[in-house]
Amino acid sequence: MNAARESIVTADGLTKRFAEVAAVDGLSFSVNHGEIFGLVGPDGAGKTTTMRMLAGVLRPDGGGIVIDGVDVVADPESGKPHLSYMPQRFGLYEELTVDENIRFYADLFEVAQDVREERASRLLAASGMSQFRGRRAGQLSGGMKQKLGLTCALVHTPQILLLDEPTTGVDPVSRREFWGILYGLREEGVTILITTAYLDEAERCNRLALLHNGHLLYCDTPAALKQRMSGAVVAITSSAGRAAHAAIADLAGVSNVILVGSGVHAVVDDAASRIPALRDALQRGNVVFDDIAVTAPSIEDVFVALLEDERRPR
Amino acid sequence: MFARIIPMVIKEFLQLRRDKAARFLLVVPPILQMLLFGYAATFEVYHVSTAVLDLDHSQESRDLIARFTSNGRFNVMKLARSQRGIDKAIDSSEATVAIVVHAGFAELLRKGQGAPLQVIVDGTNSNTALIALGYINTIAAGFAQDYVTDLMQRVGQETRPLQVTLEQWPWFNPDLNGRWFFVPGVIGTLTLVLIVNLTAFAIVREREVGTLEQIMVSPIRPAEFILGKTVPFFLVGLGEVALVVAVGLLWFRIPFVGNPFVLLFGTALFLLSSLAVGLLISTVCSTQQQAFSTNFFILSPFFILSGFAFPIASMPQVLQWFTFVNPLRYYLVVIRATLLKGVGIDVLWPDFVAMAILALLLLTLSILRFRKTLE
Ligand SMILES: Nc1ncnc2c1ncn2[C@@H]1O[C@H](COP(=O)(O)OP(=O)(O)O)[C@@H](O)[C@H]1O
Ligand SMILES: [Mg+2]
Repeated sequence: MNAARESIVTADGLTKRFAEVAAVDGLSFSVNHGEIFGLVGPDGAGKTTTMRMLAGVLRPDGGGIVIDGVDVVADPESGKPHLSYMPQRFGLYEELTVDENIRFYADLFEVAQDVREERASRLLAASGMSQFRGRRAGQLSGGMKQKLGLTCALVHTPQILLLDEPTTGVDPVSRREFWGILYGLREEGVTILITTAYLDEAERCNRLALLHNGHLLYCDTPAALKQRMSGAVVAITSSAGRAAHAAIADLAGVSNVILVGSGVHAVVDDAASRIPALRDALQRGNVVFDDIAVTAPSIEDVFVALLEDERRPR
Repeated sequence: MFARIIPMVIKEFLQLRRDKAARFLLVVPPILQMLLFGYAATFEVYHVSTAVLDLDHSQESRDLIARFTSNGRFNVMKLARSQRGIDKAIDSSEATVAIVVHAGFAELLRKGQGAPLQVIVDGTNSNTALIALGYINTIAAGFAQDYVTDLMQRVGQETRPLQVTLEQWPWFNPDLNGRWFFVPGVIGTLTLVLIVNLTAFAIVREREVGTLEQIMVSPIRPAEFILGKTVPFFLVGLGEVALVVAVGLLWFRIPFVGNPFVLLFGTALFLLSSLAVGLLISTVCSTQQQAFSTNFFILSPFFILSGFAFPIASMPQVLQWFTFVNPLRYYLVVIRATLLKGVGIDVLWPDFVAMAILALLLLTLSILRFRKTLE
């Protein structure tokens, strides 16, 4: 099978502007059948706008979208039966119970009775929601609402699932369950496009597209993206992350410093020669630290570095 | 083809059933407004503030003034001492009506001549002024009549009837019929406001909450969506009309001489055309705030230009044209005719046809306007 046959969603030169702002600007990428494809980028990068155009609820100003061989810009309705789209803010009917919400969306997609019941039970069980089926959606926690949204979006069997920041504001346990469901769907052959603000989740995708100001910066597997990064990442383990950041941010050869849970990560051009300089700077600044060592870059390091390269005037 | 209408309807009713505030708003305010406006909206005049100047100080003049004092229509605020006092009372709006009995009033009467009674009316509200004049005329005529009868008995001879010095107002109707005319109008107006308000927010709210985006990615057709919104509000509207008509019949004792089915049919067409107005507003606006302002902008002219209080025939031609797209205009004719006159379809059919065309046109427009996109 060649690559062209495998791709199920193709965006080609996609453009959308709102008044002055080009929210999406000549964006091209293609998503392969059966993969989890991540759209990542800072707020305002154009992720939601891209998702909406793919879902057919926003008309692009230019460019094309082909979903499963069908030009959906010409006929947005033709893509809808194949698609499932979970907006950033999923529209649940708060007065309706979990079951009633599911039934409503199942009716809209004309899902057969036995199929919907089986699917709903399985999805609700996977997300630990089985005992809440009679509860009103408005009384669910944020994480449960997102899981119910996913269940509603999946109650018909879509080939392609579009998820816009489905895990934002969701607790870690629910997030793990959520990803469990996504892996299960990938097994079933569902293609998933996901946007996320959590870069540890980006690492779970097969391929990633990094968006910035409506442009595509890079599109590759997480591993390949890490290789693309020039230099090395030095991890400084310290409880005084901010002080450490301040002490080393302006050193020569340090292109980037980001705060992480355990301290700071510094991107340097050459680890061997820069570590002593970093050590000196920290001691001069009276910053207490436990350890300083080269580490494998996380996807977050990579993105911050790549974005920084992009923003820096050339 | 229209399979998705039923789930839409079920969903709408479930939402309504669970929404305590909405249930309350559908029942209590309409009843209260019906009671309130049923009393407020009337051409009849009660308790007209009145100033009196008696320069005659005769038995006759006191008799005449007593007829005003004892009459519920007039409220004698002030017994003036001079013409200046009268002028001041009218100028300061202390009194709407002033009655002056000039010296020599009794003498003229005793001579069997017509006696003048000076009446000054504040014409600012010409309607009230005319009606008050009508009452004064009635009282004066009654007084003259009684005086003649009395005089004949006392004198025992034929006297020529005394002249009534005020002009007659033959259209005046001192009875309760004014309320009969207005209560059906209040029913129609309340229903219009309620239904347009309900439906105008129906789609905008889903847009704001975010459920609309979800509905748009489903294969639902615009017609299914719009009709799915139409059916529940239509049924709710029927309930509302039944409620306010019941208040009209049971509380205000409005007669219902016509055929209930003619009224039902007319009400159905009226509801369809009014909720189509609301749905159109809802498809055009993108926020509830916008819908609110648009409603206000639309409903006021609908009310003024409906024939509720101001006869359409007296309006300038341009405004009369506007009334043709006003569903309330037709419904007021239908509801007054069916309740009060017992007129049937043979007479009302043009209004029925007009409402049907409006409903069809506006619903089609809503369906065409409803794009399954976020812009
Ligand atoms: N409906 C809209 N009207 C005007 N501007 C918009 C609209 N939607 C998005 N934008 C603008 O387009 C840009 C991209 O937004 P969005 O796609 O929501 O980004 P992201 O989802 O990556 O945070 C932002 O600058 C945003 O302000
Ligand atoms: Mg977004």
